[in-house]
Amino acid sequence: MSKTHIIKWCHALSLFALVLFFHALVMAATQDLSPAPTSDWPWWVWPLLLFVFCFVLGIVAVLAGVGGGVLYVPLVGGFFPFHIDFVRGAGLMVALAGALAAGPGLLRRNLASIRLALPVALIASACSIVGALLGLYLSKLNPNIVQVCLGTTIFGIAILLLFSKNTEKPVVTKQDAIGLALNIHGCYLDEATQEIVHWKTHHTLLGLVMFIFIGVLAGMFGLGAGWANVPVLNLLMGAPLKISVATSKFLLSITDTSAAWIYFNKGCVIPLIAIPSIVGLMFGSFVGVKLLSIVKAKFIRYIVIAVLLFAGLKAIDKGLGIGILG
Amino acid sequence: MDNKQIPEQITYANILFFGAWIGIFIMILTYVVYATGLITPHVDIMLIIQNWDKGVDEYMHITNSPRGWEWLTLLDKSDYLNFVGLVLIALLTIVCYLFLMVGYKKKKDWIYFFICLFEIIVLAFAASGILDAGGH
Repeated sequence: MSKTHIIKWCHALSLFALVLFFHALVMAATQDLSPAPTSDWPWWVWPLLLFVFCFVLGIVAVLAGVGGGVLYVPLVGGFFPFHIDFVRGAGLMVALAGALAAGPGLLRRNLASIRLALPVALIASACSIVGALLGLYLSKLNPNIVQVCLGTTIFGIAILLLFSKNTEKPVVTKQDAIGLALNIHGCYLDEATQEIVHWKTHHTLLGLVMFIFIGVLAGMFGLGAGWANVPVLNLLMGAPLKISVATSKFLLSITDTSAAWIYFNKGCVIPLIAIPSIVGLMFGSFVGVKLLSIVKAKFIRYIVIAVLLFAGLKAIDKGLGIGILG
Repeated sequence: MDNKQIPEQITYANILFFGAWIGIFIMILTYVVYATGLITPHVDIMLIIQNWDKGVDEYMHITNSPRGWEWLTLLDKSDYLNFVGLVLIALLTIVCYLFLMVGYKKKKDWIYFFICLFEIIVLAFAASGILDAGGH
């Protein structure tokens, strides 16, 4: 089979995946799976549906350059009948599994900087425990509060993705005292230009403070926090984009672990929901990586931003009980 | 500039690699056992489906599900057998940090040694289930 044929097949497959994804979305939006007569369906329909949904979600997430968790929680929370507690528990396991699978490659290639990750991970993981406890407390008080806060956060993330302009190689003229004390610097080989890029950070203290908020949000809503990690590492602290993206992914494996344990011990991780989600999203991610070089990722990114805006509004609508979006 | 990886970074990567894939393999295997009904679950699947729209406390009460580490006593039930893979991937980071700590101790990089130590304490604290003590 020629390369052109392979590309055509991949285009067709990605188009099919997208159509399936948005078909599910539209179906869910119009019929809302939530009040479906769950007991009338054979039980295996649910894990199967979840697996297929997460498989497509995995493809779309990779193509759009976002983490699986940030799509999983609002979409599964909005369109499946599960309580938000279980969606957040599964969402964290999904984000954790994805980060753990990606971590080894990033560490071996020295793209994920351990010196940059360790201090921020300590702050973010400790704060994600606080966020998880706060999220569970609010959900016990009234789950609608969590829905509204989640919707607002997702809406904000969509806006951030739309307007954030990351810098490939930020210029850091002088490293600050904390960055120097922690010895946060490094170098990597830019494969495109075959150039060795040296980097260091600045505004380290402010960056560390930002990770308090990131940790709380990640734990509270069960979201992976790559959407927030990358801008802080790249735009604020001045780490190159490649280092920021890789370190962020590695960071999730630590931040999400602490929050996941809180949800796990509380009983929020139901294997019937979590395992098809994890496996579906991981397989989807593998397919997404294969498709990455041949599909118009920018276009998909805009669609995902639109989906996130919609999912955010739907969560707010659900939380406030307005019912405009079904 | 000292940009070299400490050897423990590669050990970290290797543990993550094998641990994550073994965990995912166990998850798939135990889920097949669960889904095929080869071993009886503690909570009937239909009971889960009927109650997964309820908050976690209500769900736990109705399904008589264990909290924290009590699930270890139910490893002969297919639903809790699934927890083995999930717990394995959730424990990996703690194990990896132990190796990193050793590396930083050898290098006498005390700041990062203590960062690793504190991280292990944070993760162990979260994993211990102490924070759920008031949830019964």
